[in-house]
Amino acid sequence: MTQILALAGVGKSFTMHLQGGLRIPLLEDVSFSVAAGECCVLAAPSGVGKSSILKMIFGSYRCDRGTILVRDRDRVIDVATAPPRQMLALRQRAIGYVSQFLRAVPRVAAIDIVAQPLAAQRDAPAAGRLAAGDLLRRLAIPERLWELPPATFSGGEQQRINIARGFLPDLPLLLLDEPTASLDAVNKAAVIALIAEKKRRGTALVAVVHDDDVRAAIADRVVDITPFSRVAAS
Amino acid sequence: MIDLAQERPLLVAEHLSKAYGTRRACRDVSLDIHEGEVLAIVGESGSGKTTLLQLLAGRLMPDAGHIFYEMRDGSRRDLHALSEAERRFLARTDWGYVHQDPAMGLRMGVSAGANIGERLMAVGARHYGRIRATAGDWLQRVEIEAARIEDLPSTYSGGMRQRLQIARNLVTKPRLIFMDEPTGGLDVSVQARLLDLLRGLVAELGLAVIIVTHDLAVARLLSHRMIVMRDGVVVETGLTDQVLDDPQDAYTQLLVASILPA
Repeated sequence: MTQILALAGVGKSFTMHLQGGLRIPLLEDVSFSVAAGECCVLAAPSGVGKSSILKMIFGSYRCDRGTILVRDRDRVIDVATAPPRQMLALRQRAIGYVSQFLRAVPRVAAIDIVAQPLAAQRDAPAAGRLAAGDLLRRLAIPERLWELPPATFSGGEQQRINIARGFLPDLPLLLLDEPTASLDAVNKAAVIALIAEKKRRGTALVAVVHDDDVRAAIADRVVDITPFSRVAAS
Repeated sequence: MIDLAQERPLLVAEHLSKAYGTRRACRDVSLDIHEGEVLAIVGESGSGKTTLLQLLAGRLMPDAGHIFYEMRDGSRRDLHALSEAERRFLARTDWGYVHQDPAMGLRMGVSAGANIGERLMAVGARHYGRIRATAGDWLQRVEIEAARIEDLPSTYSGGMRQRLQIARNLVTKPRLIFMDEPTGGLDVSVQARLLDLLRGLVAELGLAVIIVTHDLAVARLLSHRMIVMRDGVVVETGLTDQVLDDPQDAYTQLLVASILPA
């Protein structure tokens, strides 16, 4: 199977300059890889750095040490050293990310927020909105909300907008940060079904999930992060 | 959206420095920007960000350093080697400059339509009907009623004036826009509307934008990359979300920690 993502010796610490340069080690020597069509769930108690690993792979956190190799078509890019423009290209072509919370943009309709990742790939905005509508329907977002900006939506609705946005483009790698945390049973099932479809299409997934049922339903492999954590040790 | 096939930067600045007397407003700043890319320059008042913008836009002469620009014909020119006429033509056609105070970028004594038409005439448009039609079209694109075309900008609200200034800048289809705190003096709701409009236009037209702002939320919403300045020096640079979510420099950490949550 094609390897899509490989972390090797990844380390991360934070230096808090406002606290007199206090250095807080977070992770050390994180190493794992994920193949196409595989879903890898990161497990560990809260606060040890699971979300930070996702953010390092997406490039919104810096990686202090090690390599994070992501396949981009016929090339392999090291996120840890990729310059900003290459990173932006990688996000357009290779890495999808469902963050824990939706960052709503004022005045932009929910359906356009969902369709936005496709705007980079397709010329026809109508096709993007159509595909976005299909996903919103599957995630039980009522049609009367589609044209409204999601700033005033409930937490669960915002999260489903966020999920739809992340799932819309078909990218080789998809990162999920607690995608089902604020969802009811029906919507959890819908997300599980979406993940299964992504796997069938060959997407590699890395997920942080606390819910045991969801984890059992989606995980091909569980990577325990605790041995890499430096939080407990310090 | 960024055209990633475009490998050659539109503008390259190398080692720019500028002092006012003994106070150095800008020290050894290098940067580049590509087509379709939005670069935010952030920092507090007095950090040198507006000086840097004015240097990049050719409105100030640097004490040291060079700026290279890729002209429409594909040639790469040293900005300061251009003749005054060439530089003025560039500023009128291929570039835009959006001031924080719209009154500085508009002619307050002539109609909204004429404010837009004037830029068109500077690039050779002469047909009155076509100029007027284009001006009307641009007013609508920046969400100003076509019926207001004959009105003076002084009768416009602050938000409308700013949108008019943007229309005036964009009508010549520039490739690079400089913006100095474009949402600075506006109410929050007016700001949101302007930001949304800017976001849409930048993506649709594939503009390169260098935007100076002290508002990190504006930088996050609009920019791909950012530069953090303090005392005339670049203290941090990188992807916008990386700089804001995982700031490395002490000053950037202070800026990010000082944001009031809404």
